[in-house]
Amino acid sequence: MIYADNAATTKMSEKALETMVSLIKDTYGNPSSLYEFGQKSREVLEDARAKVAKAIGANPKEIIFTSGGSESDNQAILSAAKAGEAAGKKHIISSAFEHHAVLHTLNKLKKEGFEITLLDVHENGLIDPGEVEDAIKEDTCLVTIMFANNEIGTIEPIREIGEVCKKHGVTFHTDAVQAIGHIPVNVVDDNIDMLSASAHKFHGPKGVGFLYVRKGVRLFNLIEGGAQEKGKRAGTENVPGIAAMAVALEDAVSNLENYSKIVTAKRDRLIEGISDISHSALNGDAKKRLPGNVNFCFEGIEGESILLLLDDKGIAASSGSACTSGSLDPSHVLLAIGRVHDVAHGSLRLTIDESTTDEEVETIIASVKEVVEYLRGFSPVWRDLISGKREFIL
Amino acid sequence: MALYSEKVMDHFRNPRNVGVIEDANGIGEVGNAKCGDIMKMYLKIEDDIIKDVKFETFGCGSAIASSSMATELIKGKPVADAMKLTNEAVAEALDGLPDYKMHCSVLAEEAIKSALDDYHKRNGQ
Ligand SMILES: Cc1ncc(COP(=O)(O)O)c(C=O)c1O
Ligand SMILES: [Zn+2]
Repeated sequence: MIYADNAATTKMSEKALETMVSLIKDTYGNPSSLYEFGQKSREVLEDARAKVAKAIGANPKEIIFTSGGSESDNQAILSAAKAGEAAGKKHIISSAFEHHAVLHTLNKLKKEGFEITLLDVHENGLIDPGEVEDAIKEDTCLVTIMFANNEIGTIEPIREIGEVCKKHGVTFHTDAVQAIGHIPVNVVDDNIDMLSASAHKFHGPKGVGFLYVRKGVRLFNLIEGGAQEKGKRAGTENVPGIAAMAVALEDAVSNLENYSKIVTAKRDRLIEGISDISHSALNGDAKKRLPGNVNFCFEGIEGESILLLLDDKGIAASSGSACTSGSLDPSHVLLAIGRVHDVAHGSLRLTIDESTTDEEVETIIASVKEVVEYLRGFSPVWRDLISGKREFIL
Repeated sequence: MALYSEKVMDHFRNPRNVGVIEDANGIGEVGNAKCGDIMKMYLKIEDDIIKDVKFETFGCGSAIASSSMATELIKGKPVADAMKLTNEAVAEALDGLPDYKMHCSVLAEEAIKSALDDYHKRNGQ
């Protein structure tokens, strides 16, 4: 199998796997227990916290371990909203193409009387920090903008947005689930108050993540119970998972430059090769995008059938078509960058990593070309397009 | 567990009756690009019998398999029988479809009906 769906999840690194297995077997004590065996687990936990903090330029006290990206997003946003409400501020700024963990949380707040501004992400999938500043009002309590988009891979001007927020005294949260371990992130330099991350996106285990909360920013609980995580997140810690996340992150961050160089070259070859297909278009800015992300729309065909045929050829990829989501609407991300329904249904996301070989890249290009041509061969939409009955959009 | 039954995958991978009938006497197109599935059916009817049927589909695996199966179910049958084709029959013949994919089989039923309507109109009925 050629695995080209690393934005969905990644394979665990050997080191993360070994760490996790060995801890599950031998270091099963509860970190809250006072005897030596429990304290051994506590040590592992705090060592992991230090590693994670170092990887993003934070202080270990500013890291809270969670069950992943969704929980971190929920806690950050609901906390900032609660703090805002207490101060009479009920306006939140975000973007139209955030992950559903953010958008659905904002929808919930909207029903509770919050005013939500979703900024335009423009055709290239990039948010304008000037527009963030223009949207800030007296009662804005939170700006939440993702670091990098999970579908089209665009990297947002986080540092500049953070600067704007700082200037206006507004809390700034970023969903960095797709960025952490893939591009440099430093919470101090990037002016970030809160940041969400998830281990399984950087070769760590699933169901583990963290939330960075800058010292001085208020945080409320999502999960009530014991006093773990300084009372901010109850529940016996997933020590093996957390430690595995920490080693995966440490490795990813120490290898960032090399990773970026190697993967970007493969990505650009993929983009170049697939661009040969007529009436296709790359989604998202060509340069300001994650090293491993390729996302195309092909006119005249539908995404799920592309995926099934690629699967037959041993290639695992993803699409933003409606029929893969179970709803009638295609990806909100593609609609947000202005792709009309007709072409948004025909999207393909390929997310590679450093283990993707050059040979695999060429196989992917050839297979995508073959599949697109085959499906267009019996598409009534394509027939209308080439016969001039319908106008090409791409 | 696979998303689709073996039957669905078979009809998706090797769709039957794909293409165009140049001298069709009943053509129907349903669906729209907005919802993500479009089907076009071509019928060649002689003496009230569906002599030939072909389809073109823009859509997901379930849409392509449903079109293919629908053509198989009506080919060689009297028009009156084809009129009675239901989406449930198409889905059943495919050994079932996931719930959220049933709408694709509805489209197959509608595409056949639409092509039959066109045939009837052309014949002044
Ligand atoms: C941008 C983004 N945010 C949040 C999440 C949710 O993360 P998790 O699966 O760890 O809950 C994902 C994962 O799909 C993501 O890509
Ligand atoms: Zn469908």
